[in-house]
Amino acid sequence: MAEIPKGYEASHLTGDATEEDLATLRKSTTVYVYEAPVRLWHWLNALAIVVLIVTGYFIGRPLPSMQIAEAYDQFVMGYIRFAHFAAAQLVTVGFFGRIYWAFVGNSHARQMFVLPIFNRRWWKEVFFELRWYAFLEPEPKKYVGHNPLAQGAMFFFMTLGLTFMLLTGWALYAEGAGQGSLPDLVMGWLLGLVGNSQRLHTLHHLGMWAIVVFMIVHIYAAVREDIMSRQSIVSTMISGHRSFKDDRPS
Amino acid sequence: MSLVESQIETFYEVMRKQGITRRSFMKYCSLTASALGLGPSFVPQIAHAMETKPRTPVIWVNGLECTCCSESFIRGAHPLAKDVVLSMISLDYSHTLMASAGHHAEAALEETIEKYKGNYILAVEGNPPLNEDGMFCIVGGKPFVEQLKRVAKDAKAVIAWGACASYGCVQAAAPNPTQATPVHKVITDKPIIKVPGCPPIAEVMTGVITYMLTFDRLPELDRQGRPAMFYGQRIHDKCYRRPHFDAGQFVEHWDDENARKGYCLYKMGCKGPTTYNACSTVRWNEGTSFPIQSGHGCIGCSEDGFWDQGSFYDRLTNIKQFGIEANADQVGMAAAGVVGGAVAVHAAVSALKRAQKKNEKVEG
Repeated sequence: MAEIPKGYEASHLTGDATEEDLATLRKSTTVYVYEAPVRLWHWLNALAIVVLIVTGYFIGRPLPSMQIAEAYDQFVMGYIRFAHFAAAQLVTVGFFGRIYWAFVGNSHARQMFVLPIFNRRWWKEVFFELRWYAFLEPEPKKYVGHNPLAQGAMFFFMTLGLTFMLLTGWALYAEGAGQGSLPDLVMGWLLGLVGNSQRLHTLHHLGMWAIVVFMIVHIYAAVREDIMSRQSIVSTMISGHRSFKDDRPS
Repeated sequence: MSLVESQIETFYEVMRKQGITRRSFMKYCSLTASALGLGPSFVPQIAHAMETKPRTPVIWVNGLECTCCSESFIRGAHPLAKDVVLSMISLDYSHTLMASAGHHAEAALEETIEKYKGNYILAVEGNPPLNEDGMFCIVGGKPFVEQLKRVAKDAKAVIAWGACASYGCVQAAAPNPTQATPVHKVITDKPIIKVPGCPPIAEVMTGVITYMLTFDRLPELDRQGRPAMFYGQRIHDKCYRRPHFDAGQFVEHWDDENARKGYCLYKMGCKGPTTYNACSTVRWNEGTSFPIQSGHGCIGCSEDGFWDQGSFYDRLTNIKQFGIEANADQVGMAAAGVVGGAVAVHAAVSALKRAQKKNEKVEG
């Protein structure tokens, strides 16, 4: 890690600001944090997850019966399930693309996948951030990437949570695709492990609610940080640039 | 095998002795082939096996169970259970079906084990309770688990009949006071075929035996050890009401108009989408009907732990781990509600703090 220039310690706190970032900060007020593929993934993923939650809810708890036409001309549940499966395939491809980008993208693209749990400073920042959210700190710190709490939430709800949903989801899809199909060969083992498909359905269903909870917190925190923190948040996920509202040290 | 061959008649010999013509025999072979989902080219193979192979000795033991498997089995139509029991196999021991009882019966068991060491098939109906050293199920004065282990030791293969032997069924449902344990957790060194269901379909039971006799090997099994030809698909996948599911047309209440129209029973808690069995194709009682056809949802009786999946009439399972009985939606909505509430309060406090700060700035 490079020597931290005076006045920029705060941006180094999560350990994710590179030398390059700091060099940029010396010249300009913004840092390019989220590269285009990361932003694209974020918004596509968000859209697909919304579709998945709505359709998934209606698969578990179908809409009232409809009599639009004869059954052979009507495909309400079929379309709902189709949308669910299509969005899920998008999320799957996107997630693999996102993992790929963690390897080839900038250092911030890796933040979601690894928690620096052996970094003492990171833990200090976790507790600082908790105090900030408990209104015990008058002012937050400045971060180039995620703050440590956000990083934890991303890791548990997106990296692990999305993995859980993709695994259980594909295991459920494998049931319909049939034994010997590709989804079955890749994910069919999970049903054998869980035993009863009803149980697998329940786990997948609970996972959905975990993601709903994450969404509530994520959107609230993003808006709140955008207003109350010392850096840009929402616009950063659109333009990729993080700007800072003040130039005070730490 | 030569020793065995000289001692037991073949299936064909027994059939001819009963006055069955060769023509009827061939007809029987093709019917069996279709019941197993095999093509016409397999008919000569089946016939050949029946003509040349000695009848397979079968020992049928009963643990904790309700005899519904036996009841189902004797109603087999293709092939007729009578033919299976009297001709195809040599059913040497079965409490329910054998004529002798008591010491004679136990002697027959011992004799079969000695005579056909390593060549007989063990069919298990029910399961052994392991609590209190197995004292909850006594057969011939000894715990059933001892008989099971003794007979399994020299068996060629084990068939686990029904949900009891395969998964535990009602006696193994929480809290399982007798510690009823499925067969595969007690017998670990033999090939085990699970034929779950409460009971399994008669044709599935006789079909499995016919397959084993014909090809002298186990049928292809799925990941859970069930014959793939009967348990390869969910009831939902082949349900004749499936078009109503895809259309989004459901029975909303028992006896409503939709129920009369024969709409999908998904909302009434039908477990067809999560149950692997052949009910919607083979059906019951010579293909007469099956639960969904009679207007009641599937209860998922051929699935692991089906008694512990909440009500038979709820689509979403109750999750008892949360202390109170609530399904995934109730748990999730409560969590989302609490978090949403907390976020609202947090937002309000944040706004207040910010307003305070601004005031200070203005005043300062």
